[in-house]
Amino acid sequence: MLKTITKTLVGAVFAGGLLVPHAFAETTLNALFMAQAAYSEADVRAMTDAFTKANPDVKVNLEFVPYEGLHDKTVLAQGSGGGYDVVLFDVIWPAEYATNKVLVDVSSKITDDMKKGVLPGAWTTVQYDGKYYGMPWILDTKYLFYNKEILEKAGIKAPPKTWEELGAQAKIIQDKGLLKTPIAWSWSQAEAAICDYTTLVSAYGGDFLKDGKPDFQNGGGLSALKYMVDSYKSGLTNPNSKEFLEEDVRKVFENGDAAFALNWTYMYNMANDPKDSKVVGKVGVVPAPGVTGISDVSAVNGSMGLGVTAVSKHPDEAWKYIAFMTSQATQNQYAKLSLPIWASSYDDPAVTKGQEELIAAAKLGLAAMYPRPTTPKYQELSTALQQAIQESLLGQSSPEDALNTAAKNSGL
Amino acid sequence: MERRSPAFTIFVYVCALLLAAIILAPIAWLFIMSISPAADLAAKPLRWWPQAADFSRYQTLLSTAENSAGAAFTSSLRNSLEIAGMATLAALALAIPAGWAVSRTPAIGWSLSMVIATYMLPPVALAVPLYMGLSHLGLLNNVFGLALVYLTILAPFTTWLMKSGFDSIPREIEAAAMIDGAGLFQTLRIITLPLAAPVMATSALFAVLLAWDEFFYALLFTSDQRAKTLTVAIADLAGGRVSDYGLIATAGVLAALPPVLIGLVMQRALISGLTSGGVKG
Amino acid sequence: MSSTWMTTRAWLLMLPLLVVMVAVIGWPLVDTVNLSFTDAKLVGTGGNYVGFDNYTNMLSSSNFSRTLVTTTLFAVISVAAEMVIGVLAALLLNQQFHGRAVLRALMILPWALPTVVNATLWRLIYNPEYGALNAALTQLNLIDAYRSWLGEPGTALAALIVADCWKNFPLVALIALAALQAVPRDITAASLVDGAGPFNRFRFVILPYLAGPLMVALVLRTIEAFKVFDIIWVMTRGGPANSTRTLSILVYQEAFSFQRAGSGASLALIVTLLVTVLAVAYAALVRKTAGSAA
Repeated sequence: MLKTITKTLVGAVFAGGLLVPHAFAETTLNALFMAQAAYSEADVRAMTDAFTKANPDVKVNLEFVPYEGLHDKTVLAQGSGGGYDVVLFDVIWPAEYATNKVLVDVSSKITDDMKKGVLPGAWTTVQYDGKYYGMPWILDTKYLFYNKEILEKAGIKAPPKTWEELGAQAKIIQDKGLLKTPIAWSWSQAEAAICDYTTLVSAYGGDFLKDGKPDFQNGGGLSALKYMVDSYKSGLTNPNSKEFLEEDVRKVFENGDAAFALNWTYMYNMANDPKDSKVVGKVGVVPAPGVTGISDVSAVNGSMGLGVTAVSKHPDEAWKYIAFMTSQATQNQYAKLSLPIWASSYDDPAVTKGQEELIAAAKLGLAAMYPRPTTPKYQELSTALQQAIQESLLGQSSPEDALNTAAKNSGL
Repeated sequence: MERRSPAFTIFVYVCALLLAAIILAPIAWLFIMSISPAADLAAKPLRWWPQAADFSRYQTLLSTAENSAGAAFTSSLRNSLEIAGMATLAALALAIPAGWAVSRTPAIGWSLSMVIATYMLPPVALAVPLYMGLSHLGLLNNVFGLALVYLTILAPFTTWLMKSGFDSIPREIEAAAMIDGAGLFQTLRIITLPLAAPVMATSALFAVLLAWDEFFYALLFTSDQRAKTLTVAIADLAGGRVSDYGLIATAGVLAALPPVLIGLVMQRALISGLTSGGVKG
Repeated sequence: MSSTWMTTRAWLLMLPLLVVMVAVIGWPLVDTVNLSFTDAKLVGTGGNYVGFDNYTNMLSSSNFSRTLVTTTLFAVISVAAEMVIGVLAALLLNQQFHGRAVLRALMILPWALPTVVNATLWRLIYNPEYGALNAALTQLNLIDAYRSWLGEPGTALAALIVADCWKNFPLVALIALAALQAVPRDITAASLVDGAGPFNRFRFVILPYLAGPLMVALVLRTIEAFKVFDIIWVMTRGGPANSTRTLSILVYQEAFSFQRAGSGASLALIVTLLVTVLAVAYAALVRKTAGSAA
C-alpha cells in the first residue's frame, strides 16, 4: 500500500520528465557495446548510421563501456524500465544470462539461411541448453603477432610453431640485445588474463571442468599456468604484462617494444595503420602455437554475440537491428578489425584483400577455438582464476597451490 | 618570526618552491598530455613538452555531432550539470528551514545529529535497496533518480552548514523585527535570509562540488547517455581500453575545470566553510 | 509565544528533511538489514531467510580478513601522511615570503580536482611503459629500469596512497592554516622571549590551537578512507592479486558482480559497524582533546 502511494507520488512528480521521450512516434533503441578491441567505436557508429538510414523510423542510441564494465552494466540495467534493448555479450555469459532471464530466447528468429551460412563454431557463442540467445557478431580468437623486422635481425627464419620454440626465439632476441623483454601478454587481474591462460590450456590439452567440477588444477590446466610463470620468471616476458590489458599490449607492440604479442584480430590492421603505429608493414601474424605431441595450434574462443534483453519494449526492432549488424554485407564491409561470422566471406577477395596473412592464420585459429567453461557461476570462477594467475606470477603461491585454492573458491 | 636568519629565509623559499612543484606538477602534466600528439606520449625517452600543441582532442570531445564520441561526452557533461544543479537546489530547500529550526530551537538538535551521523554510512550499505527502489519506481538511469539519491550526501552537509550559518546571526535581530510587528515568515524573508545569503552560497558551492565528484552511485544507477555523469564517463575512458592517453587527459581537464574555477574564485568562502568543520573528503 | 509552539514549529520546519532522509537513508538501511538475513539475488525473487549464515560466511572467509587488513593499512597510512604533510605545509604557509598568497590559492587545486580525474591522472603517471614517473626517475638516474608501479603488490598500495595523499593533504593544510592564523601573536612572541626552542614552541604553544580542528579533519578523513572506492576502482580495481582490494570493492563484487544481494548486504553492514565503532571512538577522543586544549 505504502509502496503504491509513494510510487504514485513520485510518478506524478516526475511524469513530466519521463513522458517526453515517448512523445515521438519513432522507436528508440538503446544498445550497449564495448569500447575497443574488435570493431572500433567509429565502425559501430558507421554501421548503425547505415541501419538508421535504411530504417528512418528507428533511432539507435549507442553506449560504449570498457569490456570490464560490460557484464555489470548489462545486469544492473536489467532493473531499469528504460534499460538496454540490445546488448553485446561475451561467449562466457549466455549461461548466466539465460538462467537469470537477462536475454530472450530468439531460437524462432534464426533463419535457415543464417544456420547454413554462419560458421558452426560461431554458434557456440550464443547457445545455451540448445537454445539461441542472440546472433554471433564478433568471431575472434587470440593470435600470435610478431615483429618481422626484429625476427629478421635476430636471424630467425620462421615464427614459432610451439610455445617452447617461442621461448627459445625470445631468448635469441634477448641475447642479441634487440629487446630486453620480447614477449607481451595481457595478464592484468581481469578477463584478459583468462583468455591468455585459456589459449595455453588448449595448447596443453587441459580441461576446465570435468563432470561440472573444476579440473584446471590438474594436467593441462596446471601446465598452462606453469608455462606462464616460467616465461615471466625467465625475464623473456615483459614484466609489465601483469598489469596489461589488450590495449596496453597493442601499444607496446605498435611502439616496436615487443617482438611477440598475443592479441585479438583487431591488432593486425591497427598495427599496420601509420597513424598510431611504428611497425607498419612489419606485422606478422600466425595462430597461437601448440605443444609438441599434444597440439599444432592453440586458440581461445573470444567471440561475442548481440542479444535482445528481456526488458526491451521493442524486441522486433531490436532483432532487426541485430540482423543488420550481423549481416554478411555489413560484416564484409567492416572486415578490417573483426572477421565475419559467415563462412563464404573467407573466400571473398573483397574481405581477404590486404590481409591474406591474417585470413590464413584465422582459418587455422578459428577452427581450433577452445571454450572457456559454460556455467552460470562463470564470474566467480573467473575471479578465482584471475587471482590464482596473479598470485603465481608474483611468486606469492605455487601454481599448484594457487589453482587448488581457485578450484575451492570457484563456487562450483 | 620578525628576526629571521638568512639561512632560514632560504629554507622557507626552498620549501615553498618544493610545495608549489608538488602541487603543480601533476596538474601541469595533465594539461600537457591533453595537448601532446599521441606519438610524443609514447616516446622513450618521454617528450615532456609537445613539439606542436594539439588542441584537436578538445574539439573532438566537445563536438555535438550525433552519435559521435563528442556527443557521448557532452551529454555526460550536461547530465552532471543537471544532476548537480537539481540535487543542490533540493538540498538547500530542505536545509534552510531545517538549519534555521535547529539553530533557533536547540531542543530538537539531536535530530540533526542523527542526520549528520549518516555520514558514517558507507554508500555500499544503502546501494542494494536504493537500486531496487529506483528500479521499482522506474528511476534507474534517470537524472531525477540520481539527484534524489545524491540528497543522501548533500542534505546532511548543507543542513549542517546552514545551521552554523544561522547560529552566527544574532536572534535579537529577528526578535526586534517581530516586536516591530513583522510576522515570522516576513522576518525570515526580510532579515534572516539576506543575512544568511553568504552561507547559502557556500553551502550551494559545496553541494555542487560534492555532486560533481560523486562516482559510486552514478556507476551503479546510470547506464547510458540519458543519465551517465562525467565521472563515470571518465572512468570508462580510463578503463584501459582507450589507447590515446591524451584523450583521457583532455576529458580530465574538462571535468576538472568547473570545480577548479569554483575553487579558485570562491576560495575565501570555501575555506571558511572548510574550517567551520572540514567538509568533503 | 509558548515554547511548545516553538518546538512544534521547529519540528514542522525540520519535517521535509526528515522525510527525505527516512526515504533515501532510513528505509534503505532497514532494507539492507532485512536483506542481509536472506540469500536474495540482485535481480529476481526476494530470497529465503537464512539467519546469520551470511554473516558467519563473510566473517570467516579469508577474503574478508585480508581485505580488512588492506583497508586499514590504506586508511591509517594515508590519513597519517596527510596529517603530517598538511601541518608542515600549513606551518610553511604561515611564514612570510613573496608569493605566499599565490601558493595559498594553489592549495585548493588538488582538493577541487574530482576524485575520478585524480585517479585517472595518477594512473597515467604510473603507467609502466609510458608513464611520467618511470620517465622522470629514469632520466634522473634514480631507477635503471621502468617499473610496474601498479602491478607489484609491494608498490601498488603505496602508489594509491601517494595519489590519495596528494589530493587530500591540501585540505588538512588549509584547515591547519586557518587555525594557525587564530594563534594570538603575543603568545608566540612571549614564548620567544621565554626562550622556547622551535620544537617546544610548536608542541606547547601552537599545537593546542591546532588540536581541535585537526581532530575533526582526522575523523572525517579516516571515515572517508575506510569507505574508499573511487580511486581504487579507477586505478587498480583491487589488483594485482587482490593486494589493493578494499572493503567497499569487496562489497561491490559480492553484491553487484556476483549478484548476491544478501551476502553483499551483510558485508556492507559489517563495514558500517566498523566505521561506526571507529567514529564513536574518535568522537570520544575529540571530546577529550577539546577538553584538554581549552
